[in-house]
Amino acid sequence: MRISPRTTQAAALAGMWVLAILTLGVLAFIIAYILVHGLPHVTWSFLTESPESMGREGGILPMIVGTAWVAGLAVVIAAPVGVATAVYLTEYTREGRLTAVIRFGADCLAGIPSIIFGLFGFVFFVITLGMGLSIVSGALTLALMVLPTIIRTTEEAIRAVPSSYRDASYGLGSTRWQMVTQVVLRSALPGIGTGIVLSIGRSVSETAAVMLTAGSALGLPHTAFDSSRTLALHFYILSREGISMTNAFATASVLIIAILAINLAAYGLMRRFVARVT
Amino acid sequence: MRREKIIALALLVTALSAISGLALITAFIFKEGLPIMLTVGLEKFILSGDWYPTEGAFGIFPMIVGSLAVTAGAMVIGVLFGLGCAVLLTQFAPPRLVSIIKPSIELLAGIPSVVYGFLGVVILVPLIRENLGGPGLSVLAASIVLGIMVLPTVTSISVDALQAVPRSYREGSIALGATVWQTTHRVVLRAARSGIVAAVILGMGRAVGETMAVIMVAGNTLDVPGSILDPVRTLTSNIALEMGYAAGDHRKALFATGVVLFVIIMILNTIALAVSRRRARQAVVR
Repeated sequence: MRISPRTTQAAALAGMWVLAILTLGVLAFIIAYILVHGLPHVTWSFLTESPESMGREGGILPMIVGTAWVAGLAVVIAAPVGVATAVYLTEYTREGRLTAVIRFGADCLAGIPSIIFGLFGFVFFVITLGMGLSIVSGALTLALMVLPTIIRTTEEAIRAVPSSYRDASYGLGSTRWQMVTQVVLRSALPGIGTGIVLSIGRSVSETAAVMLTAGSALGLPHTAFDSSRTLALHFYILSREGISMTNAFATASVLIIAILAINLAAYGLMRRFVARVT
Repeated sequence: MRREKIIALALLVTALSAISGLALITAFIFKEGLPIMLTVGLEKFILSGDWYPTEGAFGIFPMIVGSLAVTAGAMVIGVLFGLGCAVLLTQFAPPRLVSIIKPSIELLAGIPSVVYGFLGVVILVPLIRENLGGPGLSVLAASIVLGIMVLPTVTSISVDALQAVPRSYREGSIALGATVWQTTHRVVLRAARSGIVAAVILGMGRAVGETMAVIMVAGNTLDVPGSILDPVRTLTSNIALEMGYAAGDHRKALFATGVVLFVIIMILNTIALAVSRRRARQAVVR
């Protein structure tokens, strides 16, 4: 008996829909489960107080501050370097051996596991450079980790800018640098923003690398050279050591909401960029 | 013109930061890890199962097996779901649904690994323990959690590969009377093969390198697992679990674990890059 191609197609399609719906179901379940169990415990005082008795009581203010510091500083360091690299690769050179080497470096960096970044950050920033377990060590490590993302997205954004823009700018007598900064980068800005926002998200959710470089101090950090525990690490410690399930769920809710907001912002920027260059 | 030259030079120097970062990481990981590997003996370090770091016995064979086992399991799930979603998104789904499904899968990639690990412990582990037996913390639990985590990587790279297939291939096949599904698996998937292989290999790299989620659900025992319901420890969890208190040779042995992990990842990266470069060359020939 031969099964008709239409039947095979219907079966394959049904199978794929099941897979896709399951995938979306998992996503919805994760978000709903965390928020249902955690959101009721996210009170104003939870967000604005310091933890007490290792996080069993009290809030998560130092972790919110610490996360903002580490992720913010990481992106402040990585963004200029990443954007400059992408500008060099796209506007200042021709494809050749050098660009191949730079791309190879970025691609390999993108594939390295976060725990390796953690080990490196630990021996290099924490010990060799003597920065200790601190916000700076964590931020520098994360900066290296998100660098490939920023390079890649900026490159794509710059490539999407129509070449007629460049010709027009040159036609008006601008130098290459003027053309790049005032025309290309300006048009590519929302696209570059997407990469930066996604990098913030990646830094916020990272755990292994910050555990080995930023440490797990519970106090409110005063300078960038203080150790600080991030939200993701706090959540890990609370749940793994069974300190407080309630506070673990509440911390996870804050984390999930932050990630949702960050992804939404990235998505919005991307749509704006696509609308701009097409 | 002089100003332009200085700018170009400054940009070049900055652009070298990615490759110098990679060089620094390689240098420091090897510098810290390689000596102890050579003292213990490379063969003993990799093939021995005795890990008693306080007594100077460093053998990571069970961790290597553990990493490979959870990665293999993760790939079964990650590739099935990831490729299924990618084919659906590029060949069948109407654009309006694509605009919902694609960002959702990207969001899945944004969820912190600790959240995956936590839900694995709270939901998956008891489910496995009660229905299939064993401690629950197991190769199976780690594989399922990792499979979900690598799914977005596999999907997004496969989507790119499938979209890069020239439209004329698809149209030609459909014009010959093939159904969309026949076209998909006989023409489009075949043409996108090397891109999909790259997606699978990069997904594999993700799975091998994932740390926090695996620590939470894999059980972390030091034995070679006998079945998928047994607990395991991976290379990554070995580092993260013991780095907090290790000192001296013990710490160096953890860096050596990192060296092994690093070498595995670099091999996977290089294969993926070579495969996708071949694809780029083929595209030019076409």
